[in-house]
Amino acid sequence: MDPNAENPNIPPQKYFISKKVDDFFFTIYTIYQFILRFFRELFIPPYEFKEIIRQCYEVGVNSLPLISLTGFITGIVFTSQSRPSLANFGATSWIPSLVSIAIVRALAPLVTALIAAGKVGSNMGAELGSMKVTEQIDAMEVSATNPFKFLVVSRIIATTCMIPILVMYTAFVALLGSFLNVHSNEQTSFVMFFSQVFDSLSFLDLFSSSFKSTVFGFTIGVVGCYCGYNSTKGTEGVGKAANSAVVAAMFLIFVEEIVIVSIVNAFR
Amino acid sequence: MVKEQKAIDKNNAVISIRGLQKAFGNLHVLRGVDLDVYQGENLVVLGRSGTGKSVLIKIISGLLLPDEGEVNVLGQEIAELKNRELMELRLKVGFSFQNSALYDSMTVRQNLEFPLVRNSRGLRRSQINNEVESVLDAVGLLQTIEQMPSELSGGQRKRIGIARTLILRPEIMLYDEPTAGLDPITCIEINHLINEVQQKYKTTSIIITHDLTCAKETGDRIAMLLDGQFAIQGTFDEVFASDDLRVQSFYNYNFTQ
Repeated sequence: MDPNAENPNIPPQKYFISKKVDDFFFTIYTIYQFILRFFRELFIPPYEFKEIIRQCYEVGVNSLPLISLTGFITGIVFTSQSRPSLANFGATSWIPSLVSIAIVRALAPLVTALIAAGKVGSNMGAELGSMKVTEQIDAMEVSATNPFKFLVVSRIIATTCMIPILVMYTAFVALLGSFLNVHSNEQTSFVMFFSQVFDSLSFLDLFSSSFKSTVFGFTIGVVGCYCGYNSTKGTEGVGKAANSAVVAAMFLIFVEEIVIVSIVNAFR
Repeated sequence: MVKEQKAIDKNNAVISIRGLQKAFGNLHVLRGVDLDVYQGENLVVLGRSGTGKSVLIKIISGLLLPDEGEVNVLGQEIAELKNRELMELRLKVGFSFQNSALYDSMTVRQNLEFPLVRNSRGLRRSQINNEVESVLDAVGLLQTIEQMPSELSGGQRKRIGIARTLILRPEIMLYDEPTAGLDPITCIEINHLINEVQQKYKTTSIIITHDLTCAKETGDRIAMLLDGQFAIQGTFDEVFASDDLRVQSFYNYNFTQ
């Protein structure tokens, strides 16, 4: 065979629709394959328990200060912004119910997921991207270690498990902030406030919130790891990986929010 | 240090490549490479940047798949191996990366333990420590054991990278540009280390470089990659006695700059 002839293994550069559209669908396909590989590797030993626990610590414990501050402020601000409207109807006593429903159903999962997308997602994109361009992932592969299992599976498990826990924590901190605001304005007691909070919540609220957070956590993990693991073009690629991990995760979180809320409302 | 001539058994090829082709897009990097690497020899692959030297060893280690041709490593056809079989083969093939590829988030000790713990489950802590200290001692950097990669010099990182590869006791060592970016003294130290590793661990090595001093000091045989094929093979003196202008210009560029 003539070695200078066109390589038969390389398809000619022809596009079905246009380069951008083809690239978009190709990316969707590779993400689908990435997710399939995650589920395949998830059940095949060896299991990287130590790394999973380390990642859970990174995602969970290291996010606590930021989540606490944001959740607390969200609770205070939402309560104080709701008061004037409710006061017009003499319904300030409904504040705990309104706040609890808003926080548990929407605010806590969304705020936590968006902060995690910014902090954890970008961190994963940058870390894996940097490992990719400095050949650290190749180094794992040649030392007979499965880098996908060690780096990707452990991180996706960590975000999927930790985001729901963080959401519960955010909801609690936000309600605490709300209570302080209500207590200072309406002199409501702690027991009274929280009994009103729990009275207004249903099982469906708690279930949908937990389900939503699990989906958000999985999304943040998959997007962060996908962007980092597939980054190219040196240090520029690392920056792009971190950036696209945040942007894509945030966009998908909003899309998922709309879809899940529509489905849950159909059961309400 | 003068390199001693070794007796190479030419009936015992541990790597055998026939008609290897590899392209990236429209760029044909390897255009029908044929190569045999024999048990116990240090083969130096010379060539200009972008000629596919690194691609060649990435194919040998299974990091890249060939487009066409046969790549047989330790009796196994790389392209036909299942994932599990490839993992097992990789235990016997060490790869020292151009930029060392040390894990940034781990200390030197953790870097060295990483492949060992994952591939020799059931080892006791004392055995792991002994192994780590033994290979670190072999590369002369025992004192860096608790340091982070960011605290090491370029030469030290190279040595640690080689140590991490050696910890699995590979039969074949692949060195990608071992002296790139190092000062002349450190280059000499790395060249000596490559020879010491070969003698101590009885490895077969492929050394990818465009540094002729490295090639002369470490290579039992030189193969020159030009235009996607091996243009000439032989000892250092045989290769550079060639009339091929491309070989001569490579030599002149290295030794007259």
